[in-house]
Amino acid sequence: MHVEEKLTAETFPASPEKATLEGKNKFLGFWLFLGGETVLFASLFATYLALRDKTAGGPSAEELFKMPLVFVATMLLLTSSLTSVYAIYHMKNFDFKKMQLWFGITVLLGAGFLGLEIFEFNEYVREGHVFTKSAFASSFYTLVGTHGAHVAFGLLWILTLMIRNAKRGLDLYNAPKFYVASLYWHFIDVVWVFIFTVVYLMGMVG
Amino acid sequence: MSTLARKKGVGAVIWDYLTTVDHKKIAILYLIAGGFFFLIGGLEALFIRIQLAKPNNDFLVGGLYNQVLTMHGTTMIFLAAMPLVFAMMNAVVPIQIGARDVAFPFLNALGFWLFFFGGVFLNLSWFLGGAPDAGWTSYASLSLESPGHGIDFYVLGLQISGFGTLMGGINFLVTIINMRAPGMTYMRMPMFTWATFVTSALILFAFPPLTVGLIFMMMDRLFGGNFYNPAGGGNTIIWEHLFWIFGHPEVYILVLPAFGIFSEIFATFSKKRLFGYSSMVFATVLIGFLGFMVWAHHMFTVGMGPIANAIFAVATMAIAVPTGIKIFNWLFTMWGGNIRFTTPMLYAVAFIPSFVMGGVTGVMNAAAAADYQYHDSYFVVAHFHYVIVGGVVFALLAGAHYWWPKMFGKMLNETLGKITFWLFFIGFHLTFFIQHFLGLMGMPRRVFTYLPGQGLETGNLISTVGAFFMAAATIVLLVNVVITTAKGQKAEADAWGDGRTLEWAVASPPPEYNFAQTPLVRGLDALWIEKMEGKKGLTPAEPLGDIHMPNPSILPFIISLGLFIAAFGFMYHNEYSWGLFVGIGGLLITLGSMFLRSVIDDHGFHIHKEEVLEAEKGVKA
Repeated sequence: MHVEEKLTAETFPASPEKATLEGKNKFLGFWLFLGGETVLFASLFATYLALRDKTAGGPSAEELFKMPLVFVATMLLLTSSLTSVYAIYHMKNFDFKKMQLWFGITVLLGAGFLGLEIFEFNEYVREGHVFTKSAFASSFYTLVGTHGAHVAFGLLWILTLMIRNAKRGLDLYNAPKFYVASLYWHFIDVVWVFIFTVVYLMGMVG
Repeated sequence: MSTLARKKGVGAVIWDYLTTVDHKKIAILYLIAGGFFFLIGGLEALFIRIQLAKPNNDFLVGGLYNQVLTMHGTTMIFLAAMPLVFAMMNAVVPIQIGARDVAFPFLNALGFWLFFFGGVFLNLSWFLGGAPDAGWTSYASLSLESPGHGIDFYVLGLQISGFGTLMGGINFLVTIINMRAPGMTYMRMPMFTWATFVTSALILFAFPPLTVGLIFMMMDRLFGGNFYNPAGGGNTIIWEHLFWIFGHPEVYILVLPAFGIFSEIFATFSKKRLFGYSSMVFATVLIGFLGFMVWAHHMFTVGMGPIANAIFAVATMAIAVPTGIKIFNWLFTMWGGNIRFTTPMLYAVAFIPSFVMGGVTGVMNAAAAADYQYHDSYFVVAHFHYVIVGGVVFALLAGAHYWWPKMFGKMLNETLGKITFWLFFIGFHLTFFIQHFLGLMGMPRRVFTYLPGQGLETGNLISTVGAFFMAAATIVLLVNVVITTAKGQKAEADAWGDGRTLEWAVASPPPEYNFAQTPLVRGLDALWIEKMEGKKGLTPAEPLGDIHMPNPSILPFIISLGLFIAAFGFMYHNEYSWGLFVGIGGLLITLGSMFLRSVIDDHGFHIHKEEVLEAEKGVKA
């Protein structure tokens, strides 16, 4: 199928993200990129695990982390992953308006998560948990902050796609772009599941 | 708007190369930039050897010597060997699989410019207060204490060029998986394509740990982090692990393409199918896999304990098995073949004993207990130069001679090529063979001098003389390039007459669309099969039609320039108030260009059937 073809709900392919060669390349290339990202985060996690007890006199994980805030943030991000699934479901059914709606909800939830994270970091700084304090602080902020930067980038990305394509609707040129952005969003979510477990749960329980 | 065969002014040519997304032109950019850094790294090597020519020499002393040796290693690995490997991959791999371009032409250009700006940034350190001086491995225990900005140049420059390499890796993986011509199954891919495939996978998984290690060091040095600083609870050994988790696969990232290049050359100039093709593929994949299991053999003396040392020692020795398989396959490819000793073939034949020696000393180093004696001595220096020069540099020189006609349309002069080879081959062994013994006699690496009367004088003098042989070889090569460019003999499509793979089926240099019609591949050595059946060209897999091409773009250049500017800003942000603004400004340039790339549609353009017919006629005539 050709990229610039005008399509209807009937002619729209079942997997629009892989219907063109460009789409297929994007799809595979992005999965491979996520493979590299996995190694990147694995390195950050490994370092955090090695340094998380090295507080150098600063506040420790048990003293800092508070379940309610982190729990709400986690729920927001997990839900945003679900709403992005709905968006892609509607994309595959060639329902552009509903796709935009669900991506919009995804962005709102993601922004909520990011807001809570900024609030959380701000609290920690006031309690003396600053980046330069200890190896624990450096590795904490780098791991969680790298994830947060991914969230921010993902928000900008999805918003850009939504605004850029608002008037022209779906075609085989932008369908792979939406799909790949949703893959990225899921990846961010999976990384957060590990951060929640390794950083927060293990930090509070021991 | 086709750009086929049109005479252009100098400005237009420069603009063409700044904006190109054509893999063949990007290959030339990689070759020029990598070649330039190779010359710089070579000069640094000469300075090192001049300093060590006699005891108590004062040519290059102390801190300056440290900078030169650090930049020699860093430049040669990251800025010479890597891009030259990428030059070969870009020039050849898409054509070998019957594709019109790589999967992501835009990313391909971006990868080059990131590497280029990273390399320039790193080398500007010479003019801005001093180069990095903690060795190419830049162990944190040294580099955190290094005054000035040398290490910051290393940390930021390598991050930028590392992104470029990562993109290149992903690009070639997708290209090889998705863009193969009909009939080009995995087990019909030429060996160099296989090597590129496995290498790209190694890049994908090896470069992120380096990036993370560099980010930590950047945080520690520029933003008050405590990752490696024991006073803040940090641990310098983390850098060593992250560096070598990258660093050891890096050795295979360099040497697997070298194996691929030699596999092509052995088959072509023995006029025989590569012996044991499927075992070659298997060995390549196995080396790639094992390459990730052995990083801690660089750290035997750190004190990991006997069990960890033993595991890594055994895993390291295991790599000798698939490598041995390859060596025997190359020998059996030549066995009974109709051998032509062209320049590339001379390098290939010389590579076998040279590289085997590097492999044998590698197994010696792998014996953890014995390594306590070799560690940080010239024995190790000799070992890795036998592997990297005897393997990788020989392959790059061989590949440059072999594919030069394909890239530039002219044959390099064979006589000058052979002079280059003999000078380089003799110089190489003269320089490094004696270093094994210097190391065993106790000469430590990275120390700028030695005392008289310890039996080290003669060996060091011989070594220095050898280095000048290699310098002479390089000069002859440059002369060859100039003469060839000025009045070389025009190369035919099948430049060597014995080509086996698809790149020898298209014109030299190939048209921008590579294949007028995508070929149908009917077996391993696709062109050879057609030639054996008496056919003039390839069997087409599609009717002649319009060809879709990607648009050129200046954005890859600007995206990379933004990071280059940002790196300066962040490096100076502690001393100057403008630092932070410049840093953020640079990042905004990069993000803004990425935004433009995202919102501006890029559908490419078509070369029409008639233009293709016209161009193809021009070639045949």
